[in-house]
Amino acid sequence: MMAWSLGWSQLRSQWASGEVRVLLFALMLAVAATTAVGAFTHRIELALERQGGLLLGGDLVVASHRSLPASYQAQAEQRGMKTAHTLEFPSMVIKGEGSQLAQIKAVSEGFPLRGNLTISRQIDRQGHTTQEVPEPGTLWIEPRLARLLSAEVGSELELGERKFKVGAILQQEPSRGGDMFNYAPRVYMNAQDAASTGLIQFGSRIKYQLLVAGDAKQVVDFKTWAESHVTDGEKVEDIRTARPEMKSALDRAQKFLGLSAMVGVILAMVAMFLASLPYVQKGLDTYALMRCFGASRRLIVRVLLLQALLLALIGSSIGCLLGYAAQAGLAALAGSLFVESIPAPGWTPALVGMLSGFAILLAVVWPQFRRLSAVPALRILRRELGDMQGTDWLSLLPALLAIAGLIFLNAGNLKLGSVVLGGFIGLILVVSLIASMGSRLLSRIGQGSSAWKLGLANLKRRPGLSIAQTAGFGLGLMALMLLTLVRNDLLQNWQASLPPDAPNRFIINIQPAQTAGVQAFFDTAGLQRAAVYPMVKGRLVAVNDVPLDIDKYEDDRARRLAEREFNLSWAADMQQGNKLVAGKWWRPQDAAKPWISLEKGLAETLGLHLGDRLTYDIAGSRVTLTVTSLREVEWDSMQVNFFAVVPPGVLEQYSASYITSFHLPLGQEDVLNRLVREFPNLTVIDVAALMEQVRGIMNKMSYAVEYVFGFSLLAGLAVLYAALVATREERVREAALLRVLGASRRQVIAALLAEFSSIGLLAAMVAIVAANALAWYVSAHLLNIPYTFNFPLGFVVLVAAAMAIPLAAWLGIRGFLNMPPRKVLNSI
Amino acid sequence: MAVEAIELSKHIISGDTTLRILTDLNLQVPAGERLAIVGSSGSGKSTLLGLLAGLDNPTYGKVLIHGEDIGQLDEDGRAAVRGRRMGFVFQSFQLLPSLTALENVMLPLQLAGRDDASQLALAALSRVGLEHRLKHYPRQLSGGEQQRVAIARAFAPGPQILFADEPTGNLDAVTGQRIIELLFELNAEAGTTLVLVTHDLALADRCQRVLKLVDGQLHEQSETSQ
Repeated sequence: MMAWSLGWSQLRSQWASGEVRVLLFALMLAVAATTAVGAFTHRIELALERQGGLLLGGDLVVASHRSLPASYQAQAEQRGMKTAHTLEFPSMVIKGEGSQLAQIKAVSEGFPLRGNLTISRQIDRQGHTTQEVPEPGTLWIEPRLARLLSAEVGSELELGERKFKVGAILQQEPSRGGDMFNYAPRVYMNAQDAASTGLIQFGSRIKYQLLVAGDAKQVVDFKTWAESHVTDGEKVEDIRTARPEMKSALDRAQKFLGLSAMVGVILAMVAMFLASLPYVQKGLDTYALMRCFGASRRLIVRVLLLQALLLALIGSSIGCLLGYAAQAGLAALAGSLFVESIPAPGWTPALVGMLSGFAILLAVVWPQFRRLSAVPALRILRRELGDMQGTDWLSLLPALLAIAGLIFLNAGNLKLGSVVLGGFIGLILVVSLIASMGSRLLSRIGQGSSAWKLGLANLKRRPGLSIAQTAGFGLGLMALMLLTLVRNDLLQNWQASLPPDAPNRFIINIQPAQTAGVQAFFDTAGLQRAAVYPMVKGRLVAVNDVPLDIDKYEDDRARRLAEREFNLSWAADMQQGNKLVAGKWWRPQDAAKPWISLEKGLAETLGLHLGDRLTYDIAGSRVTLTVTSLREVEWDSMQVNFFAVVPPGVLEQYSASYITSFHLPLGQEDVLNRLVREFPNLTVIDVAALMEQVRGIMNKMSYAVEYVFGFSLLAGLAVLYAALVATREERVREAALLRVLGASRRQVIAALLAEFSSIGLLAAMVAIVAANALAWYVSAHLLNIPYTFNFPLGFVVLVAAAMAIPLAAWLGIRGFLNMPPRKVLNSI
Repeated sequence: MAVEAIELSKHIISGDTTLRILTDLNLQVPAGERLAIVGSSGSGKSTLLGLLAGLDNPTYGKVLIHGEDIGQLDEDGRAAVRGRRMGFVFQSFQLLPSLTALENVMLPLQLAGRDDASQLALAALSRVGLEHRLKHYPRQLSGGEQQRVAIARAFAPGPQILFADEPTGNLDAVTGQRIIELLFELNAEAGTTLVLVTHDLALADRCQRVLKLVDGQLHEQSETSQ
């Protein structure tokens, strides 16, 4: 009871002194950042996946090449989720004399669970969205197929053993797997009709899919259940696995959000640590006096613990509320941008936020508590007793553990977490080392009598505090810079990956004799000429002279890749946007050498390495090619790219077709109709809608990135403020003493400015070097985006630090400079 | 005896040299006595006060407070003895800047577990003439007022022994004089044993007995002045 009343009354009165407020503010920020980022990233992720679900047709897909057991659907329905199923298979579609290979999709009622189908009565109309599926006995066909077969709504088509009527022209569908070039034109039919075609037989190449959709928890639960029940050949896909072009953008956004949250938490902890220093200094006097008046050590520990718990409770509660308010604000902002309202956050982030708040506070104040509770009563008579005597490194262990825990919690990724934790510890050491060397060097210059030199000499007089302060400023600036740099890189990369004039149409099946004609058509239509790439189809039949055994691949994707025909292209130069990751690209004199360059991911999936000899069957003849290089390819760039490329002069004798991609400005769709009329064999693939969706998602992710960035910015400012407050009182006392000794106001100010400019400069230099090094690492190795050195930002930080930090310090003690020194000395 | 020091020594080892601050010092202070200990700066007055109050441990010898050997107690035991029997007035007031005048006076009472801490503190502050300054923080008070708060704090729990370390050291002559009047007045009212450390001989002369600390030993002032 006594501990309670003492703890509470002291805490209340300490509120008046700035340190507790900084401590509490920093704690609130840390908790708010953890809660908001936790809740928001979770919600955004759900929303993005739901947005992604529009591309997928549902939140999750269970896919197999065999008929799926009924248990999946039963489980999903039991959980209250919506379901639909589809079958996909290739088949010839016949109209009179004409026939065409098409990709059939038989869909059940309710498809798609997310997004819409767009249909029209005429080929070249925009169409309208519908929640319906084709009526039994009807087919919905893509414009491409309609043109190829000269079919229209009402025409009769044969599919397998049955005749169907064309019910509508399918303008847009939500889902169209990753590799669009191997797909024949799409035909939709009602799932009830599938069996009657006689095409569903043992051995048919059919992909069975169960689509499910539900709320966030249902999706996660179902995914967990389904993943533990899949058998051979079945797999559970979400947006990441099913839509590779979205994967990198999603992953990067998530990593950046995690990084921002981590940096925010680390900064808040540093701010709390700095703020706790003057808090402890005052505490030493309080507890020494209490010891003098008869307080037992146990009572002091209790009072301290109680205060810490009270602070933690207040800070964490307000932090949680702030965090929830912040994420709700953001959700409102993002919600208007998303197609559907984003799912509500659960209580978990609040719980995690509260727990982190207590952990952070106890970890930060623990080393101080040990000192405070052990303060000798004799300090009343001998003030130097109990002062900070170096650092007991072991006592910092809880703080380090708490930081580590929070880093991994926010990173959600072991590699990112390890890198940031390692970076943080390394950085503290390096920053302290540089700050200590720098302050020693500066103070050496500062020998002499002028006020300026007096200020520099201060650095030397208080090595510990100067280093802590420089390190604090340095860390704060570094974090702000790091996030700014990475954020710029990330946003630029997103914008650059899909510029407004990015290709939105692909033309495939251009015959060699038509390339010149197509280019000429582009010129007359006023479209920008695009590069045309050759393509020869070949099937991989042997690796290192051992015939390819498809069954040896357990992974479904590997099987699909090994099974299908490769598009082999040739080129003298590596395509723009490709990055060589192993081996060498060929020189001009290597033309006609039987070499091949593979995309890295493909090589990994199929277990292929540099030096492997791949035998392809191209239209009946065999060609053996040696893998001489591996490339990374940005699939989300919407440019034409190839898994396999060979030098010129290797495949020219085989019959090739050409492919190109180009940007068709909005409203010029008519040009395409003319193109197809002129070259009827060409196939034009429209990816504009898909790109719009991808672009929309990236925009939303940009908002998220900016918002979380703002949070971390606040935490950084808190650190800077805490670093200022940490030594304010001491500086006021010193300034008063200097005034007693006859220094003019101007001299006192000059000394202060000199000291803080030096600290600011030193901190800025450390921050610039460290931030750029870290930004380079994060961009290049974690986010896989190009890193650009930002010279102007470095310059701004340098100038701002050298000017703003001394200015803020001056503002902090300005009020005291006008007071009579005696009054100042009495008041502190 | 209220306070008794037997063969008390305090040595500080600094590098190769041993600094002997107090050597085999003996002292007896009967209950209710007003004793002044004088000496030049650095003579060890404050060290002696710290040892007598159990704030510090002697190198040799022992200190008895009302017959209890406080050297036999641990830190918490000594703290308890201080809380039960002692009050303090310091040269630099030692008020907590984050607490109001009232809260500062309440602190030792709260530590002693007194339920009536607030009323007692109020009465003590009224007794020193500061009933109108209860909610003021130390920085809002003059030096004299701060020391009056400190005196109120020292007397409020009703200690048996009051240790005062240069109580007027930080005050001008007029204010110092007033503080001394107040201190002695309250001391007389309560019948407290007073151990006063000062270098101010005029102040010391108001005590019943004056001892001078020279070379780590106490001498009767009359002896040394002869």
